[in-house]
Amino acid sequence: MEIFGVPLQAFLGQIILGLVNGAFYAVLSLGLAIIFGLLRIVNFAHGAFFMAGAFVAFILGRHLNLGYWSSLLTVPVVVGLFGVLFERLFLRRIYGLDPIYGLLLTFGLVLVIEGGFRVAFGSSGHPFPSPPELRGVWNLGFMVLPVYRAFVIGVAIVVCLATWFIIEKTQVGAYLRAATERPDLTRAFGINVPLLLTLTYGSGVGLAAFAGVLAAPIQHVYPSMGSDLVIVVFAIVVIGGLGSIMGSAITSLGLGVIEGLTKVYYSQASTTVVFLVMALVLLLRPAGLFGREET
Amino acid sequence: MLVLLKRSLILAVVAALLAVPLMPHFIYPVFAMKVMCFALFACAYNLLLGHTGIVSFGHAAFFGTAAYVTGYAMRELGLPPEISIAAGVIGSAGLGAAIGALAIRRQGIYLAMITLALAQLVYFVFLQAEFTGAEDGMQEIPRGVLFGLIDLRSDFNLFYVVMALTGAGLWLVYRIVNSPFGEVLRAIREHEPRARSLGYAIEKYKILAFALSAGLSGLAGSLKCIVFQLASLTDVHWHMSGEVILMTLLGGMPTVFGPAIGAILVSALHHYFDALGAWVTIVIGLIFILCVLVFRRGVAGQLHHMLQERRPTAPSAERRNLKEGQHAQV
Amino acid sequence: MVKSLRISLAASAALAFSALPSAAQVSDDVVRIGVLGDLSGIYNDLSGKGAIEAVKMAAEDFGGTVLGKKIDVVSADHQNKPDVGAAKAREWFDTGGVDLINDLANSGVARAVAGVAREKKRHIIVNGASNMGITNELCSPYAIHYAYDAYSLAHGTGKAVVEQGGKTWFFLTVDFAFGIGLEQQVSNVVRANKGRVVGAARHPLATTDFSSYILQAQASKAEIIGIASTGADAVNAIKAAVEFGATKNQKLAALLLWIEDVHSLGLPAAQGLLLTNAWYWDMNEDTRKFAKRFFDRVGKMPNMAQAADYSSTMFYLNAVKAAGTDDPDKISAKMREMKVNDMFTKDGYVRADGRFVHDMYLWQVKTPAESKAPWDYLKPVATIPAEQAFQPLSESTCPLVKK
Repeated sequence: MEIFGVPLQAFLGQIILGLVNGAFYAVLSLGLAIIFGLLRIVNFAHGAFFMAGAFVAFILGRHLNLGYWSSLLTVPVVVGLFGVLFERLFLRRIYGLDPIYGLLLTFGLVLVIEGGFRVAFGSSGHPFPSPPELRGVWNLGFMVLPVYRAFVIGVAIVVCLATWFIIEKTQVGAYLRAATERPDLTRAFGINVPLLLTLTYGSGVGLAAFAGVLAAPIQHVYPSMGSDLVIVVFAIVVIGGLGSIMGSAITSLGLGVIEGLTKVYYSQASTTVVFLVMALVLLLRPAGLFGREET
Repeated sequence: MLVLLKRSLILAVVAALLAVPLMPHFIYPVFAMKVMCFALFACAYNLLLGHTGIVSFGHAAFFGTAAYVTGYAMRELGLPPEISIAAGVIGSAGLGAAIGALAIRRQGIYLAMITLALAQLVYFVFLQAEFTGAEDGMQEIPRGVLFGLIDLRSDFNLFYVVMALTGAGLWLVYRIVNSPFGEVLRAIREHEPRARSLGYAIEKYKILAFALSAGLSGLAGSLKCIVFQLASLTDVHWHMSGEVILMTLLGGMPTVFGPAIGAILVSALHHYFDALGAWVTIVIGLIFILCVLVFRRGVAGQLHHMLQERRPTAPSAERRNLKEGQHAQV
Repeated sequence: MVKSLRISLAASAALAFSALPSAAQVSDDVVRIGVLGDLSGIYNDLSGKGAIEAVKMAAEDFGGTVLGKKIDVVSADHQNKPDVGAAKAREWFDTGGVDLINDLANSGVARAVAGVAREKKRHIIVNGASNMGITNELCSPYAIHYAYDAYSLAHGTGKAVVEQGGKTWFFLTVDFAFGIGLEQQVSNVVRANKGRVVGAARHPLATTDFSSYILQAQASKAEIIGIASTGADAVNAIKAAVEFGATKNQKLAALLLWIEDVHSLGLPAAQGLLLTNAWYWDMNEDTRKFAKRFFDRVGKMPNMAQAADYSSTMFYLNAVKAAGTDDPDKISAKMREMKVNDMFTKDGYVRADGRFVHDMYLWQVKTPAESKAPWDYLKPVATIPAEQAFQPLSESTCPLVKK
């Protein structure tokens, strides 16, 4: 059996791989969506933090002999703390201004971070081995799936669900949602909104770094690894509907699959297809697939 | 006092303009021409950003399309430069009208994203098209002879032609901003529903603003193509869209010619400090951050503002115009 | 009055001309070499600081002066933009007093600068780019393509692999003129040797996930997966191939892999790969000596382009010395007479189309067990003799080639 000239088995394989990539996008877009939802900041530095996550893991591994698992836990915290610092010192000053300023400020940060790593570590990359526990492949019959890729899907699903749970089912999440809707009223109820903003930015950045550590064994670690990623992920968030967390997660997986199939049928366009989808969605469903029209 | 200040400002501008023709004598002319192209590009971009309050993240598409169209007309069709440049301008203005018509159905950040998306599609088309030579670029474009009279192969001749066309482009920007049409654009920027309720068909105004901005950006792109005899993917890449935003922001969004200053500064930074390698990237990033945090009016806007501050009698309306960060919609 | 002025002018002109042959002629009292490389972008490690240092080392080793004039090395960043590179080259030739531009990583930039060099009649030496146009439609007496090119890569790796029995090929090609050109070159070699190309996937530049393409390559059942990209793309493609177990039943052939790429991959992923390089630091005593000095200055081992930067700068300076002038045409003629014998190559020479002809080498990446020290990555497999390594002169479209 064939689908448009591609055997069914290969087709299934491509869909699974698309989901793996979608899982990455999901972890990245979650952070981006939360940050935009609450701070109204387009965090253009998301890709740079993704790269920084991979690099910090690499540095910790080389100099402190930190293993993969400890890196996976510590790196998001380290990079997240940097995010907190950035929010406190810089981002804070531009709240309430047009979102374009947030985009520009973080764009400047991208240049600084990427340039910095390039000066310090050179432009070509460094190897990052996958953890020994997750090496090898599973033979699914129609394809071989590296264990590590399966692990990535699993982790991404857990992270998405955990984020959803925190936002929808916990007290902090309730504050967060309240602050997103009406920051002034939330503050009037005595909730420390500035702290909430800081923590949100820190966690969003931490998620990006987490994705970076996840990606390090699949790619290698190099300064431009996140530079084109950010516009793709941001497109996903826009398609899903700015501020809609589940929307971003679902769109991420969907787009991962669309991108994967494009790689089979018209591979040259695989990095462009996301923009085609975004243009179409925005013109047909102005607020994105899962977003609400804003006034 | 007011008259005196205004006069001194005009004098300064005139002096600066008079200095331009002398530039090839002390600055390398090709570099000076490049700076002029970017100055025009940035001022044209600011028609949308500063004066209409529309954030486009896809202006590289207009700049680059004009460069490719001009290059194709000159190299493949053997057309003279005046027609090739006109073709480039018309092409990018048309593209601007089309992209604008789609993009203005949304606002703010969504609008920016549509322009980015469409510009990426344009990039893809040029990447795939046979005649562009992909990453090698369209090379060895002849400069030709303007009107059958002026041989553009001489850098000096070309310099004055580029100067004249850039001057004309900047003059047009100035005329647009200071016309009734420009007033409507500002009204849209300040308060769109009010402008609409006054009976203006704001969609038409916005599309026209898009087309004008794109067309003038295209003029800059066409000129750059002739100056360098080259059209390449970097002209249509989204980094170029980011760069023109930086120039505009650095130069001064609330002003007409401020972005030109931004263009000069950014180009000079790239040109004179390129031996520093990746450090230049870092410095540009820091400038970006600095601009957004403390310098939102840009160089020209800041100067203008300081002049206004000196005059306690300045009309408050003008000051309100300068209030940063409130001009664009979301 | 007018007449006397004319006479005195003529006299002084005659005086100036008569002085010509007596002393070595170097315009503006300095021989200036410009290194136009990528100082900030993705090819920074392949060219960048290493290229500048290599050229400086050559200038120092030459003694710092030639014909009694100072040798000056300047550098600039082309940012991987052909327009920026071409503009810099123009400025250097017009007002910067630059006599030679070296390195030129990035094909688009190299092509653009080759056009400028032809127009301005000044020398360029291309070491960092593979584009065949330099010695074909863009050729001039002033352009030398020194280190390697697409033909030599394709014929080095392609031919060796086909001869070892790899008859069916699937290409992972970067969707750029560079990648497509490389794919075509290798396809020709494969077909000429009775092999077959069963498919190709074209991926955009800076693709991070290659799993989909690897799956396609596996489905194609080709014996060889040819990787027609370089830098991060090639590294990520190879990593994905290893991860998906493609290397169990299929073999990888990397068509342009740099020593830095092997470093990025790490030996566990890279081991067994076949690649063609013009030079490797651990070839003999001379190369090791150069590499050690280079390492002390730059902090990493030199790659073939950087070694070529050094060698070609020496070659140029020797030609200036032999010609006794910095007149580009005379130097050009000398460079086509002289041979190069140094740590880069033995008996290398420049052909009419500007191709520098020398032996190329096929290498295999060592296993982790074989590697004894950092940067100990490659072992030699075969030497591709100079006459076979490059495009035959008869196939060149360069108008300078007399047919």
